[in-house]
Amino acid sequence: MEKLKSFLSGNKIAQGVLIGVYVLITSLALYLSQKSVVAFLLLLFSLLLLYYTQLSNRLKWLLAGVVLVGVLPWAASSGPSYQSYMEVATLVGIYVAMALGLNIVVGLAGLLDLGFVAFFAIGAYTYGIFATGQASNFMPFGEYPLSGESFWLFILVGCFAAALCGVLLGIPVLRVKGDYLAIVTLGFGEIIRIVYNNLDKPINFTNGAMGISSVTPPELFGMQFTYPSQFYYIVLGILVVVMFAVRNFEYSRIGRSWKAVRENEIAAQSMGIHLVKTKLLAFAIGASFSGMMGVVFAAKQAFVDPTSFTLLESITILVMVILGGMGSVPGVILGAAVVTILNLQVLTEVTNWLNQMSMEGAISFPEALSPSKMQRFIFGAILILFAIYRPQGLIPAKNPVFNEEELKAHAAKQTGKKSSVPEDRAMQA
Amino acid sequence: MSILAVSNLTKKFGGLTAVNGVDITVQKESITAVIGPNGAGKTTFFNLVTGVYQPDNGNVQLGSTSLVGLKPHEISRHGIARTFQNIRLFSNITVLENVMVGLHNHLKGGIFGTLLQTPSVRREEKRAKEEAYEWLEYVGLGSLLNEEAKNLPYGAQRRLEIARALATKPKLLLLDEPAAGMNPRETRELTEFIHRMREELNLTIVLIEHDMKLVMEISEQIFVLDHGVKIAEGKPEEIRNNVNVIEAYLGKSAVTGA
Repeated sequence: MEKLKSFLSGNKIAQGVLIGVYVLITSLALYLSQKSVVAFLLLLFSLLLLYYTQLSNRLKWLLAGVVLVGVLPWAASSGPSYQSYMEVATLVGIYVAMALGLNIVVGLAGLLDLGFVAFFAIGAYTYGIFATGQASNFMPFGEYPLSGESFWLFILVGCFAAALCGVLLGIPVLRVKGDYLAIVTLGFGEIIRIVYNNLDKPINFTNGAMGISSVTPPELFGMQFTYPSQFYYIVLGILVVVMFAVRNFEYSRIGRSWKAVRENEIAAQSMGIHLVKTKLLAFAIGASFSGMMGVVFAAKQAFVDPTSFTLLESITILVMVILGGMGSVPGVILGAAVVTILNLQVLTEVTNWLNQMSMEGAISFPEALSPSKMQRFIFGAILILFAIYRPQGLIPAKNPVFNEEELKAHAAKQTGKKSSVPEDRAMQA
Repeated sequence: MSILAVSNLTKKFGGLTAVNGVDITVQKESITAVIGPNGAGKTTFFNLVTGVYQPDNGNVQLGSTSLVGLKPHEISRHGIARTFQNIRLFSNITVLENVMVGLHNHLKGGIFGTLLQTPSVRREEKRAKEEAYEWLEYVGLGSLLNEEAKNLPYGAQRRLEIARALATKPKLLLLDEPAAGMNPRETRELTEFIHRMREELNLTIVLIEHDMKLVMEISEQIFVLDHGVKIAEGKPEEIRNNVNVIEAYLGKSAVTGA
C-alpha cells in the first residue's frame, strides 16, 4: 500500500491513467445500471479526486470540463431517471454559484450575511415578472410575457438588479458590524420575502402568495429549454463565468482589500483602503452571482413563489460555505455539492431505505422517530460532527505561494542599478 | 521647513479630555518623539492625526492641506502612514500580501480590468509583487514572504508593520511604540534602522516611545504630553533636565528633592 502511494505521488501519468480508469468504470456503471445513485455520486467524486492529483491546472480544468460536459450527461442519459440526475446536477450548479457569491461576502470580506437568499429571490422575480403576463399589470408599454429569447438578456438584468440591491442594502447596513450586521441582513432577507408575498395589491406585481406560474421557458434559435438536462448546460455556462470571476478577484488588488478589511478594519483603512466602497463591492459581486442563478431558477421551475426564499435557504447556503471552508474556493464548491446532494439524494435515499426496512418489519421505529422526520436531524448531526472534527471546513482556505527565487532575482537586479526604492519615492514627490 | 503642524488640537471622550489644546510642529525629514506617562494621550494624538478619531477642536495641517474631517484612507493617500501600538497585521494572509495591501493606492486595477485580467492589470500585479518583496528585503524579512503574518516572531511582526507602512510611500511615518517588547540588541538595530529610513527614503518620522535610551539617542525634537496637555518641548538634553517632565514621570517629590 505504501509502495503504491509513493509510486502514485511522483507519477503524473499514473495519476492521469487512474483517474481515466475511474471515470470510465463509474460512468459505465451509471450507464448500464437502470438507477444507481451510488454510481452517480462516485462519478461526481472523480472531480474531487481530480482536484487532488498533481496534474497541471490547465489539464485539470480540461478533464473536469470533459467529465461535466460530456461524460456525466451521457452516462446518466441511459436510464429512466436521466432527468432526475440532471435535476440534481443543475441544482448543485445553482447552489455552487450562490455559495461562491456568499463566500466573497462572508469568507473573503468577513461580513456575516444571513439574508443572502434575498438576492436569489430578486433574480428569480425579475425574470418571473417579465416572462409572464404579470408585467402587463403595471407596465404601460410593451407586450408581456416577453419571448423566451429575452432570457439570455435577463441573466444580465438579474445580475445587475441583484448587485444594485446589494449596494442599496449595503449603504445603511454597513454602519453596523459583526453580530449586528448578521441580524440586519437577516431582517433584509425576510423583508424581501414578505414584500414579494404581499405585493399583489394595490397593484399586482408579484401575485402574492399564489406565486407566478407558467414562466416562459428560455429559447435559443427556436429551441425551447424545458428539461433539467438542458438547464444543466445553462448553469454550467454561468458557473464557468462565476468561477473565472472568483479566481480573478481573489488574488487581486480588490481581493486583498477584502481580506485586509476582514482581518483588521483600522489597519486596512490606514493602508488607504476605502472601507465602505470595499464592503459594498463585496456585497454587489456576491449578490450578482445569486441574481443570475435566480433567473435560471425561475426559468427552470417555471414557477416562482415566496416559499422558495425562506431563512432556511439562507442558512443552507451559509452552511455550504462554512462546511466547505470559509474563504476557500474549492472548499466552497465541495461544500455546496455535498450539502445539496445530502439534502436531495443521500438523505432521501437513506430515509426511503429505513422506511422500507420498517415496513418489512426488520426494524421498528416509534412514530416520533419515523425516518421521514429524521432527515433534518441526521443533517444536523453531520454538521455537528464536522464542526468538532473539521472546524476549518472540508478543504481549508490556502494562501497563495509566491515564487521566492524569481522575486529575489528581480530584487537583486534592481539593487544592481542602484537602490530602486528611493527613486520611486522621488517620482512620487 | 515644517511638514506637520498641529494647532490647538483637542479631543474629549465624555468627561475626559484626552488631548487638550496641543500645538506641535514637526520639521521636514526630522525624527521627532512624543513621550509621556501612560494615559497621557499620545496614541490618541496619533489617532487624531491619522483620522481614526475626529478632533473636537483645532487643526492638523500636512504641508499646505488641512487633514481635519478626512477619513483614514484619505489621509493615507496624502502621505501619512503609521504602525500600531498593539500590532495590527492582517494575520491570516501571507507576509508578502500584507505589504501588497500597503501598495493599494498605487495600484489601479478596477473591477472590469480585474475581472477580465487585462494585460495591464497582470503587469501591475507582477510589479506589485516585486515591489512588495523589495520592501520586505528592506526590513530584512525577504525569506519569510510566504509565512502567514501571525506566525512571525514578535520583532519580525513589528518590522512587517513598518514595511507595510513604507509600501504606501509616505512622507510622514508615525511609529507607535516601535521598540515595545524588544530586547536591547533589537532596540539598537531598530535605532539604526530608523536612521537609515530617514536617510534613504527622505522620511519624516514621529514616534511614540517609552524606551528613554532610544528616545534620547534618536530624536532631534521631543514633545512631552501629560494628561492630554503638552508640558514641554525641546532637544533631548533640554527635556532631560526639564522640571515639569521629571515631575510628570517621577512625581513632585523627585523635583523638590524631599
